[in-house]
Amino acid sequence: MINRTKAPAFHQINNIEFLDAIKTNLDNGIKLNYINGGSQEILKIGFIFNAGNWFQNKPLIASSTNQLMKEGTKKYSAFKISEGIDKYGAFFEVENSYDTATLTLYTLTKHLNNVLPYVKEVLLFPKFSEKEFEIYKKNAIERFKINLEKVSFVARKDFMSLIFGENHPYGTNVNLSDYNDLSLNHITNFYNENYNLSNCRILVSGKVEQSTIKSLNHFFGKEQLSKKSLSKKQATINSNSNSSIYIEKENAMQSAIRIGRVFPNKLHKDYFGLQILNTVLGGYFGSRLMNNIREDKGYTYGIGSGVISLKDTGYFFISTEVGSDVTKDALTEIYKEIELIQTQEIPKEELKLVKNYMLGQLLKSCDGPFNMASLFESANEYGLDYSFYNNYINTIKEITPKTLLELGAKYFKKSDLKEIVVGKL
Amino acid sequence: MIHFEKFTLKNGLKVIFHKDESTPIVAFNLLYNVGARDEDEKQTGFAHLFEHLMFGGSINIPNFDEPLQKVGGTNNAFTSNDITNYYITLPKDNLETAFWLESDRMLSLAFTDKNLEVQRSVVIEEFKQNYLNQPYGDVWLLLRPLAYQNHPYKWATIGKEVSHIENATMDDVKTFFHKHYLPNNAILTIAGNVDIGDIKQLTKKWFGDIPSGNTPLRNLPKESKQTKERRLKVERDVPANAIYKAYHMCSKNHPDYHATDLLSDVLSLGKSSRLYISLIKEQKLFSEISAFISGSHDEGLLTINGKLLDGVSFKDAESSILKEVEAIKNELVNENELSKVKNKIESTTQFSETSVLNKAMNLSFAELLGDANNVNLEVEKYQEVTAEDIKRIANQVLNESNCSTLIYAKKENK
Repeated sequence: MINRTKAPAFHQINNIEFLDAIKTNLDNGIKLNYINGGSQEILKIGFIFNAGNWFQNKPLIASSTNQLMKEGTKKYSAFKISEGIDKYGAFFEVENSYDTATLTLYTLTKHLNNVLPYVKEVLLFPKFSEKEFEIYKKNAIERFKINLEKVSFVARKDFMSLIFGENHPYGTNVNLSDYNDLSLNHITNFYNENYNLSNCRILVSGKVEQSTIKSLNHFFGKEQLSKKSLSKKQATINSNSNSSIYIEKENAMQSAIRIGRVFPNKLHKDYFGLQILNTVLGGYFGSRLMNNIREDKGYTYGIGSGVISLKDTGYFFISTEVGSDVTKDALTEIYKEIELIQTQEIPKEELKLVKNYMLGQLLKSCDGPFNMASLFESANEYGLDYSFYNNYINTIKEITPKTLLELGAKYFKKSDLKEIVVGKL
Repeated sequence: MIHFEKFTLKNGLKVIFHKDESTPIVAFNLLYNVGARDEDEKQTGFAHLFEHLMFGGSINIPNFDEPLQKVGGTNNAFTSNDITNYYITLPKDNLETAFWLESDRMLSLAFTDKNLEVQRSVVIEEFKQNYLNQPYGDVWLLLRPLAYQNHPYKWATIGKEVSHIENATMDDVKTFFHKHYLPNNAILTIAGNVDIGDIKQLTKKWFGDIPSGNTPLRNLPKESKQTKERRLKVERDVPANAIYKAYHMCSKNHPDYHATDLLSDVLSLGKSSRLYISLIKEQKLFSEISAFISGSHDEGLLTINGKLLDGVSFKDAESSILKEVEAIKNELVNENELSKVKNKIESTTQFSETSVLNKAMNLSFAELLGDANNVNLEVEKYQEVTAEDIKRIANQVLNESNCSTLIYAKKENK
């Protein structure tokens, strides 16, 4: 008989192998990085522009520009663009974030040359017609109205302006009226300012061959790049003077809670330690918040926390939806857990578990060329390379309960945290 | 092409192994052949509640998650109307931990009262979060019983109502476990850079001595053929009117399944699809429109749904959908349209096979439906679909006498 009470032997992860990222340029100087790997004949190509929310002067401009680029170009209608890409089974997705705007092509390697002409049109010659703009705006308003009915959406939206302040580019809040103020002029100007190829980097992963680079050179490497250098924007954080916001929603069966603050980003020496501390608190299924609020009290389907790095700074958040009748109790328990990481050392066994868990997750996030490319880019964006992850691994292995307690005391003071509740208190 | 080996233990546990040398991660997927369709109508939501209880400690191991996290692994599970599926990914050197944990909870659970009480609350919060406290969240709670009158697909996996979850007892939990959680009612798939010899040895070591039981017989009431259109109108506190039209379609193993899937793709996959171009771009009647199949094992649904733009009447919206339906019934789709949706299937398949976990899951699902090797034949089956097939299926499926329509109206004077 086997002894089922005893866990099998296991190994801590010692080193993680990274797939090489090759840094190169197209003929005209556009930065191109690629990671070759995997057994499938497929490619993921991201065109990353510094054209996220950070660069807009009013809400919605960055995301609307990003969305509307695909809706018709000088040569092709919106339908032709979609059909041209769909025809080859490819997918072309756009995404707008706080710092960057990305247009990503997923295609079988064999169809690359068939779809790139359409991608080129979208990147270089979008038309921004009044007709497509009106359709886009109308439908976006409908989606926004529906989202406003979701407590979690409202909490997430208002949280950012609470911690960064309405005037900070990361804190800009969107209201329904902003859609009416949006004009095609704003969008065209934003495109002209920010979507230069000189402001773009290309990230390729999958089965990358010499012919892949040659194709990209053919379509994008001959374009003249504008010499105009982009002005670096500065921003100061003037967080909302309220430390908490409560938005009542009648008949809500659950309340959405967000608690957090501005935090250091990847360039700061405390970043790794804070990631580890965050994992203990709410960063994985076995975290303290999950154990207490879900697995012990049953107040929620899920609770989590995260440390998000942005280009200029970062933020920390805890997020959950809890039964309306237990909103107050849940808040009490959340603050109890926050208090604990400031006042008591993390027990050795718990920390060991978290360390192994984090190393396992890092190993998983290096799995395959696509994952590896994301990992590469999320360091590259900050001017960092893979040594960033090696430092991360070392910090995970070596950090002590004492250091983590110091970080807890420094960064998790209740007086520095802001809170938003949408639902019922 | 996903190569694999397959063997069965004496107790009936089916094991599938796929070797992938390119990854340091191994996927461990355990599927139990039990879903919400196997529930008693007075105790719905039970298969899913039970899935939660599987994480509350087993007979020899008080906590499921901790030992796994300690070796760098992660896991989750989901329940559908057809199956309950548990999956783990972990560094390959620590694979044995997955065997140890999964086999112990197949052997027996700890069955603690505290676990039942807490997970009952957690699931009720899940019910609220995803179905009751969301705009349009209750759509399937309304549409399922309209479309299905006999078959247990008439209730959602989360359950018909919260009270069914509130009333579950420990006796129910035990009975359910002993009936369904048997080695001969499960399929284990492992994918990663390990050797078949090790897999055989580990499977035998950890699962070999778990006793088999009577394989539960599934004898579900068959849905009788719908002969008259069904309609339901509700009013809710939502910002936009919405319409849902659900048509009965074939089962997943039926030869027409792939053609039906492509029919829904021609209608609405991507921004060059028919419904998108006609109803959103040209006629500007909807803000969102989609057509999709449920993908269920037994006879499923092809659903067309959309959110109406302000000022558009339900009558105009619905007749615009019906006009597109008529068109696809009367004329063959053109070659470009058809090759487009087929190419999408090919690339989606290629992209999904970059993940060992996806591969492991798909092997398990295919095995349950008859043969794991069907994962390798899927693309071909889609390729074989003709324009005539699409037209034939459209005429067979997209009839109002075969349709349940839900009119989801916003409350006025809001």
